[in-house]
Amino acid sequence: MRALDRKLLRELWRLRGQALAVAIVMASGVAVLVMSLSTLEALQATTAAYYERNRFADVFASAVRAPLRVADRIAALPGVQTVDARIAEYATLDIEGFAEPAIGRLTSIPERTQPALNRLVLRSGRWIEPNSPDEVLVSEPFAQAHHLVPGDRFGALINGHRRTLTVAGTALSPEFVYALGPGALMPDDKRFGVIWMGRKALESAYDLTGAFNNVAVALLRGTDPDVVIGEIDRLLEPYGGVNAIARADQLSNWFVMNEIEQLKTMSTVLPAIFLSVAAFLTYMVLTRLIATERSEIGLLKAFGYRNWQVAWHYTKFVLAIALVGIALGSVLGALFGLHNTRQYAAFFRFPLLIYRPSPVAFLTAAAVSVAVTLGGALAAVRRVVALPPAEAMLAPTPVAFRRSRLATLSIARWLDQPTRIAVRQIIRWPVRSAFTSLGIALAVSLLVMGLQWQDSIAWMAEKYFYDSQRQSMMIGLAERQAMMPTVEAFRHLPGVLTAEPMRIVGADFSVGTRKHRGAITGVPQNTMLQPIYDDASGREVRVPPGGLVLSTRLAEKLGVAVGDRVRVDVHEGRRPSVSLPVAGLFETLIAMPAYMDLGALNRLLKERPSARYVNLLVDPRAEPALFAKLKSLPKVSAIMVKQAAVDSFYDTIGDQILIYIGIFSGFAAALGFGVAYNSARIALSERGRELATLRVLGFRRGEISYILLAQVALLIVAALPVGCLIGRGLTMFIARSLDSELYRLPQVIEPSTYGWAIVLTLLATTVSAALVRRRIDRLDLIRVLKTRE
Amino acid sequence: MRRPAKAGAKDRMSYRESSEVAREPVASGGTEYRETLVARGLTKIYRTGDVEVQALRGVDFVLYEGELAVLLGPSGSGKSTLLNILGGLDIPTAGDVRFRDHVLTGAGDNELTVFRREHVGFVFQFYNLIPSLTARENVSLVTEIAPNPLDPADALALVGLAERLGGEQQRVAIARAIAKQPEILLCDEPTGALDSKTGVLVLEAIARVNRELGTSTALITHNRTVAGMADRVIHIADGLIAAVERNERRIEPRALSW
Repeated sequence: MRALDRKLLRELWRLRGQALAVAIVMASGVAVLVMSLSTLEALQATTAAYYERNRFADVFASAVRAPLRVADRIAALPGVQTVDARIAEYATLDIEGFAEPAIGRLTSIPERTQPALNRLVLRSGRWIEPNSPDEVLVSEPFAQAHHLVPGDRFGALINGHRRTLTVAGTALSPEFVYALGPGALMPDDKRFGVIWMGRKALESAYDLTGAFNNVAVALLRGTDPDVVIGEIDRLLEPYGGVNAIARADQLSNWFVMNEIEQLKTMSTVLPAIFLSVAAFLTYMVLTRLIATERSEIGLLKAFGYRNWQVAWHYTKFVLAIALVGIALGSVLGALFGLHNTRQYAAFFRFPLLIYRPSPVAFLTAAAVSVAVTLGGALAAVRRVVALPPAEAMLAPTPVAFRRSRLATLSIARWLDQPTRIAVRQIIRWPVRSAFTSLGIALAVSLLVMGLQWQDSIAWMAEKYFYDSQRQSMMIGLAERQAMMPTVEAFRHLPGVLTAEPMRIVGADFSVGTRKHRGAITGVPQNTMLQPIYDDASGREVRVPPGGLVLSTRLAEKLGVAVGDRVRVDVHEGRRPSVSLPVAGLFETLIAMPAYMDLGALNRLLKERPSARYVNLLVDPRAEPALFAKLKSLPKVSAIMVKQAAVDSFYDTIGDQILIYIGIFSGFAAALGFGVAYNSARIALSERGRELATLRVLGFRRGEISYILLAQVALLIVAALPVGCLIGRGLTMFIARSLDSELYRLPQVIEPSTYGWAIVLTLLATTVSAALVRRRIDRLDLIRVLKTRE
Repeated sequence: MRRPAKAGAKDRMSYRESSEVAREPVASGGTEYRETLVARGLTKIYRTGDVEVQALRGVDFVLYEGELAVLLGPSGSGKSTLLNILGGLDIPTAGDVRFRDHVLTGAGDNELTVFRREHVGFVFQFYNLIPSLTARENVSLVTEIAPNPLDPADALALVGLAERLGGEQQRVAIARAIAKQPEILLCDEPTGALDSKTGVLVLEAIARVNRELGTSTALITHNRTVAGMADRVIHIADGLIAAVERNERRIEPRALSW
């Protein structure tokens, strides 16, 4: 090994603390980058493989009852490759040992073979027998939640008839990667399951022989789904067709794709923060190293080393640090990535898991880190090149110390001498001090951003589940029912305190060229259980007698304000196309709903007062009795219990959030530690002589530590509020970039979150201060005073 | 051999006594003295803010092949500046420096680097050893980039580091300077930080290198005693050459003491 390289290694060893601190910050960035990129790759590869192997459809549509020949006409549309005409219905399930009724989505499958599209992955048991109409396949998560194994039986209320179904096997489907029950925000495997039944059995149960009510379509490569969707809508319209949707809008797939988008955001914003701080630290450490090695640099040049050779020597120093950071970060990132992917595989129901991080993730991370390091090194190394050898051999010109303004300020009189030294040091190196503060502030901001997640979610749940939904359960009816008698009937069920009708009809909204495919929710004018709740003001919006109340996001999408008119094409009943005025707006985080008076909605459809849903307020003590009753009501197709939804919301999110916050806090703390440690170490190295002199003059260890650490402490204190502000901005930015049509993250930051961010930052920086303090205590007076600098 | 034939190191040279000019050799006994380094009209002005310091005020200086010249003067007289310019470490404000046939004045950083790398060895008052490297590694630092170096161990042996006698750091520095077999050895106060006894050991090492390798050597000192070991003594004061003396006889360093 060359002598110069040996020097490099020994310098690295001497500065190992600082080098490691920089490497850790860099490793954090690399880890986040590798983690998000490898998870992203895994999620994309897994999804793509699963969809491909199991022939996930490109377009989905439903109707009330369409004859099978319509399916042939769909198949004949240009661009259509395969059509699977199915029967899909909701039914209430009665599982032994589970008091509440569960909701089953019944989907028809051929008795002998896999369906043409959305093929199932049989996870246990066997396919259904052709002549056993009560045999079904059950979605694996639902089976696991209820400990159902092949051979087990459970009750189901299918089209008003009570049946006992037998589990032939369990399965997974690309259609239900994210299995969301009607009206649910989070998958709830206990209360929602997919049941695959033989086509013949479902045909007879729903009187759909020779017909279908749901269709999945695969397109030829390169076909525009929108064109096909228009055609399918046109073909299905006479048969009560509603809303054909592209794969992109298919609920399960939408969630997966949304997650992929989030990962993309994560893979850019966060590593950028960590790596830019790492670049700054690299610059700081290297500048200091170069300052202490001024005469060595001059010497090397005097010996005839070329400028680039000396520059390369110091560049190698930072590259070595980067290498450690990259190695550490890659390992951590791969581990986190694997963990993350496993989480996803469990959360999303994938039967396979492709976690093969490609070299791309690591190479990208390494390339970015090296580029960032070199960026940080560049400014410092330029000084090496510029340094004339003769001058380098001399001691550096002392900084022109001027009487700072501080001395003349009246507060200076209140500061003791050591504090003044600390303050002056900050004033004399304003840029470096500012960067140190900024580094700490970024650590605070990352903590705010990570911890704030919990606040947002709690706030969102509070608004969604409690403020805007006052009912304890929502009952979905198998078909439209006459309003008054139905509501009366529910009002008399055990424990029901209030019952209110509700109706949701699919509709296309359009204003000029702006379009939105959504639904109108009809609620009674005097609704108590499902008010139109404005999240922004926290007040209810009165249901107007006519006209629409739009969520602000829908209004934004359509470009309308109160008083404007919106064209509405309803997909139900007589399918009216009307122009309705916007009577009001309200702010909500979830989806883009539109409300209307239920009476007005029924009149619009030219139907007598009717409802598809009934909202109930229930006395919790009477719930078991009510559940027992509901399980046997033939009209009921779905039951959404709010408390269960809240619980599953927190269950699903709880662990994920904790892990996420844990990882995040760790990285942010590493950042704070790295910045504070390096600042203090550099201050110590620059001022060791001064501090030793003070010790000789009779200052105690504590007192000189104070001078040094007070300087860093002041910078940290200044960083805290700045960090909180940056955290707010970062939260806003992340919320914006994760904004989707399905939900918008609220920007809620509780004071306690700021508090925790500050406490954690102080902890991390205190550890670094303690480490430096130990060094100060070990300061060798004689040696320090003898060194020539 | 890369090294050109040079005047026998043992030959005594004679010079015309001159108080102003230090560049005119007077051949004696038909021996021809070749010029290694020639500097003419060197001036150097340092500016630090508003302060202007004139370190050299028009110096003419020649270093002959194989000679040992001592530049004697008080601190602040401009000796170090002269040495730095001669060694290609610094650039004069005005005047010319020539190394054999190469004009160094106006040379770019690259040419100066090559000049230093191939032809010049430096010894400094504070040794300037790289603390994180061993003696041998410090020497290797130079041998690794020089075109025709000695083995580091040989270089260390040449300065007498086979025995442990004191002044070791500076002798390592000398070994490091001569390991490349330079034509020119420039020593800036090599004994400045040493006591008399160890200083002598260091001077012996320099004299031995000058003798055995025939390296043209310029040595700066403010110590009048050291001047005794030189072929020529150039007195410098206030940025000018005040006088040049020729020693009839070089005194062996071990006979020196201060």
